[in-house]
Amino acid sequence: MASLFEYAPAPESRSVVDIAPSYGLFIDGEFTEAADGKVFKTVSPSSEEVLSEVARAGTEDVDRAVRAARKAFEKWSALPGSERAKYLFRIARIIQERSRELAVLETLDNGKPIRETRDADLPLVAAHFFYYAGWADKLDHAGFGADPRPLGVAGQVIPWNFPLLMLAWKIAPALATGNTVVLKPAETTPLSALFFADICRQAGLPKGVVNILPGYGDAGAALVAHPDVNKVAFTGSTAVGKEIAKTVAGTRKKLTLELGGKGANIVFDDAPIDQAVEGIVSGIFFNQGQVCCAGSRLLVQESIHDELLDSLKRRLSTLRLGDPLDKNTDIGAINSAEQLARITTLVERGEAEGAERWSPECELPTSGFWFAPTLFTNVTQAHTVARDEIFGPVLSVLTFRTPDEAVAKANNTPYGLSAGIWTEKGSRILAVASKLRAGVVWSNTFNKFDPTSPFGGYKESGFGREGGRHGLEAYLDV
Amino acid sequence: MSDKSEQQRLSVFKTYKLYVGGKFPRSESGRVYEVSDSKGKWLANAPLSSRKDARDAVVAARKAFGAWSGATAYNRGQILYRVAEMLEGRRSQFVHEVADAEGLSKSKANELVEATIDRWVWYAGWTDKIAQVVGGGNPVAGPYFNLSSPEPTGVVTVLAPQESSFLGLVSVIAPVIATGNTAIVIASERSPLPALSLGEVLATSDLPGGVVNVLSGRTAEIAAPLASHQDVNAIDLAGADDVLAKELEIAAADNLKRVLRPQPVDDWRAVPGIERMTAFLETKTVWHPTGSLGASGSSY
Repeated sequence: MASLFEYAPAPESRSVVDIAPSYGLFIDGEFTEAADGKVFKTVSPSSEEVLSEVARAGTEDVDRAVRAARKAFEKWSALPGSERAKYLFRIARIIQERSRELAVLETLDNGKPIRETRDADLPLVAAHFFYYAGWADKLDHAGFGADPRPLGVAGQVIPWNFPLLMLAWKIAPALATGNTVVLKPAETTPLSALFFADICRQAGLPKGVVNILPGYGDAGAALVAHPDVNKVAFTGSTAVGKEIAKTVAGTRKKLTLELGGKGANIVFDDAPIDQAVEGIVSGIFFNQGQVCCAGSRLLVQESIHDELLDSLKRRLSTLRLGDPLDKNTDIGAINSAEQLARITTLVERGEAEGAERWSPECELPTSGFWFAPTLFTNVTQAHTVARDEIFGPVLSVLTFRTPDEAVAKANNTPYGLSAGIWTEKGSRILAVASKLRAGVVWSNTFNKFDPTSPFGGYKESGFGREGGRHGLEAYLDV
Repeated sequence: MSDKSEQQRLSVFKTYKLYVGGKFPRSESGRVYEVSDSKGKWLANAPLSSRKDARDAVVAARKAFGAWSGATAYNRGQILYRVAEMLEGRRSQFVHEVADAEGLSKSKANELVEATIDRWVWYAGWTDKIAQVVGGGNPVAGPYFNLSSPEPTGVVTVLAPQESSFLGLVSVIAPVIATGNTAIVIASERSPLPALSLGEVLATSDLPGGVVNVLSGRTAEIAAPLASHQDVNAIDLAGADDVLAKELEIAAADNLKRVLRPQPVDDWRAVPGIERMTAFLETKTVWHPTGSLGASGSSY
């Protein structure tokens, strides 16, 4: 959009973070090479620049890490809760201290805008550790009976969309309850987890309590299948989640899965349009739409469809796509070439199936992985773009006439992670919310997260909850 | 020569002052009283607070209540944790004061000061959890959303324990402010110095002025106007003997203050429960219609 005012570049300095040319696996308190010596490169998705070379964990390394975690479990779980709490408080404080460094690192490795890593990811990461630190010595009050016990070694596999935040969601409750962990970050975003290893060192965390294994799906599969793992926690795709559920079948491993979604954002005719537009935008374009709870289906009441779409298009035209380190950037890079290809394929299918595609005028950088914010109108429930999780900045717009129709359409998905409701009428919010088969329902807001608030899905969006008092259960033998 | 003169250096005494509204005033009465250690050796002159000092403290506590109770629980937790951080750095000062005040060895006093620091950490963790433990949704038999949440009762007068000058003191202050109340604390009459020094820690811990106000002097003299004060919402009688406790409870009944009677405490080091928090919480229940659903007569 031709703009009256041009923004001058306002890049955040890269100098706050010092990325080493290579990193090892973090096992038993030490950085170490992979047993088979394998490594992989991690690149910056916005420039394709190689950031570092990282050791790639294999089956043997998984075994070594699980043994280290098992060895550390005895002492860690026997510590008074108040002492475990103080370790976690230390970690929370060090994350706060180093949050600018970690935000820049995360933006470099993931491609998301610095505005998001600085204002959302990092504050939530620190808060998550702070919150669960406080539970470590209060488990008797958590509603699971007196003196609930930890499970043992937790094998945790996390995705690339919120690398450090997903790490926090996994590690903080696990340690608070007295478990030890082996965590595998995603292959495209290993760096913040390795920096976290250094934070554990600064905090004086006993060796082996946290082990970090950068690697690919094979390492994740080996970790999940390892016979000496007592607890498996996975965040990622529904397809992989189902594989994991099959792997742990017949064992005593406790399993929690936080998987895909196809969230409906329902806008009623009495909704404040400007507010709703902001919510729709944050719902689907936050983190380039690479969010499991994204509001990727807009359900708008027919009577306000045109008005809302006009406003929405106008707003999309003002979004700024580009250098993720620029503080003015709204839309950063797609995390990988692979993800970009997946988004592209699904969007092409949407067009082929007859949905109407629209994007604002938007110049894409020449290097890196980019996708312009995209809207589909004339979408029916049968269209692929209304059914499949795209995991990109792509919004499908559908309409409804009655609240019952809105509920029926919102629930017409195998997923059930999130939903949004926009209306000025409180009773309608509550009535609709009670009928939605989704684990998180935002009303007149979207994509809100807090360590005190449980998060997780219905149906094929997974099971178990992370966050809040409820999040403790996944790591306790109850 | 220089070594010798250093050894003979005359130390600088600290003027102990009250801590009210984030400032360190002397008693408006200009009075002080002698504080001595367990062997009767003079330690300092502490302010002998008056009724007017007490009333000023109520004004300060009331003024601070809005912002403190309105702060996020997370923010309050961070600040309470900050108190622990500050205290850790001034540990030796408190070991010294507690040893003098309670006639303890350095190692015993050290143990108590460590437990006191950890007590702040314990309550720092409670700020954003107490609502999840004592609040919750209620499944009423009707189309209503119904949620009960704890809220702080307001301005709380705390009579600090007379014997445990520091661990006991913090064990009664922290639960009051963790949930968003503001406090007027009457320090141990015989051993007020750790409490007055605590004010210096609180003042440098991001705790807004007026959230905790510390008065020293004659417990009965200060407590009486506070127990009958119409702008005080609750009173913790931990530091009152039976006779004083009854007297204050009667005075407190005039505006139905929440009263926490003195509890026998064998060992302040024991892990606290949640009773000292719930004693100063109100429960607020909010109803909202959910509208009715279904194919017929949909009204939402």
